[in-house]
Amino acid sequence: MSDAPIVPAKTVPLKTVPPTTVPPHAADADGPAAVRILYCRCAYAQVVPQEVKEDVLAGLAAAGRGFEMVPDLCEMAARRDPHMAGLARGEGPLRIVACWPRAVRGLFALADAPLPEAGVEILNMRTDPAAAVLAAAVAGPQAGVASPGAAS
Amino acid sequence: MIAQPPPPPRVVVYEGSGPVLPDAADRGRLYAALLDRGYAVTRSGGGAAAALDGDTLLVIGSFAGSPPDVADPTGRVSVIVRDVGGLSVAEVLAVVEAARGERRMNRPHDPATAAAGPAANTADTWKPWFPVIDLARCTNCMQCLSFCLFDVYGVGADSTLRVENPANCKVNCPACSRVCPEVAIMFPKYHAGPIDGSPVADADVHREKMKVDISALLGGDIYAKLRERSADAKTRFSRERSAEQALSERRRCLTKLADAAQIPREVLDALPSPEEILRRTEAAAARAAAAQAAIGAAAGAAGGST
Repeated sequence: MSDAPIVPAKTVPLKTVPPTTVPPHAADADGPAAVRILYCRCAYAQVVPQEVKEDVLAGLAAAGRGFEMVPDLCEMAARRDPHMAGLARGEGPLRIVACWPRAVRGLFALADAPLPEAGVEILNMRTDPAAAVLAAAVAGPQAGVASPGAAS
Repeated sequence: MIAQPPPPPRVVVYEGSGPVLPDAADRGRLYAALLDRGYAVTRSGGGAAAALDGDTLLVIGSFAGSPPDVADPTGRVSVIVRDVGGLSVAEVLAVVEAARGERRMNRPHDPATAAAGPAANTADTWKPWFPVIDLARCTNCMQCLSFCLFDVYGVGADSTLRVENPANCKVNCPACSRVCPEVAIMFPKYHAGPIDGSPVADADVHREKMKVDISALLGGDIYAKLRERSADAKTRFSRERSAEQALSERRRCLTKLADAAQIPREVLDALPSPEEILRRTEAAAARAAAAQAAIGAAAGAAGGST
């Protein structure tokens, strides 16, 4: 494994944005605390069923909670994008909505950002139906998709 | 090798001051369109957006005509704010693209033109195709490092295998996964398992091992074959006298290997001369041997100290 230094993340305070009216959907219903959601679009290939990608993303958009989206985890890993280390080492459980867990873990390892064994749930849009993936993505921290495509 | 452009700016969809688009379906379409254009996106209901030094954040929101002045106090993160209240999905996209300006970024292929494949693969449309190692299966036998002619693999500081130059990999070529005796090499964008990263069954291991012996596929030792080809090269190419004939000969000789290892024809056409192949394979084999010797020495030292 590389000895690449951990790049400290900082936060840009968005609260300086003056709040106006906040409709119910926009309130961060971030649910059982700080479960982080990462959605991979797999935008550079057509190996994830298009309708699954679309339905899961639409569901996340409607869920009214904060989440991260990336065009393609493979592309990020190839660049050894330091944000992957931030995701892997960040606080709170992490749910990655992407593809095969073995591949996703390999990508994070390639980016010098190995995922911890505990606290990470990988949901597989290549094999699982959108409804099941979405339900697991927005569920409580202990919930998950009981299928071969999902693994923690 | 493709020199990759810098990472894309990240679009922060700030909805603490109201939705950027009133309809949830439109918001989904906006996210999808941004991702399909290569942007990373954060949906934020408030609070803060995590950023690293050097990042560019493009914050979009519905600010009632008065976009706030948001800045990183340290000045190490560029923050651009745009008010997109009342705009359509297409108009929001146009605002984002305009804010990006001339900044280069990698772009996914338009699905309509994706069939163009490797021929359309340029510095700004690089399909991220490269091997990913399953560290739980890899035994550091270095067969892949010895096999790859394009310096995709390397050796880390701890002498273990490492994917060093992903962008050197030939798009849609999974050949090195075929030489791995442990089925430890994945190509996540491959169409079938277990190379795509799906679970490995015992039957997969047996099946892949049958394909490992590339030399057998060629009817003998691959390096001996290459040396033989190298020795014959001057005679053969002087006899062929034309690039077209040389290409035809190369294709004929490698067809068997291509079929067995599912190597795209474009990759074969891009292969260097037999002499260069020989030079690279010997250099890679030397690196692999050195790495294995280092691993062995480390294991011996560890054993001796216990």
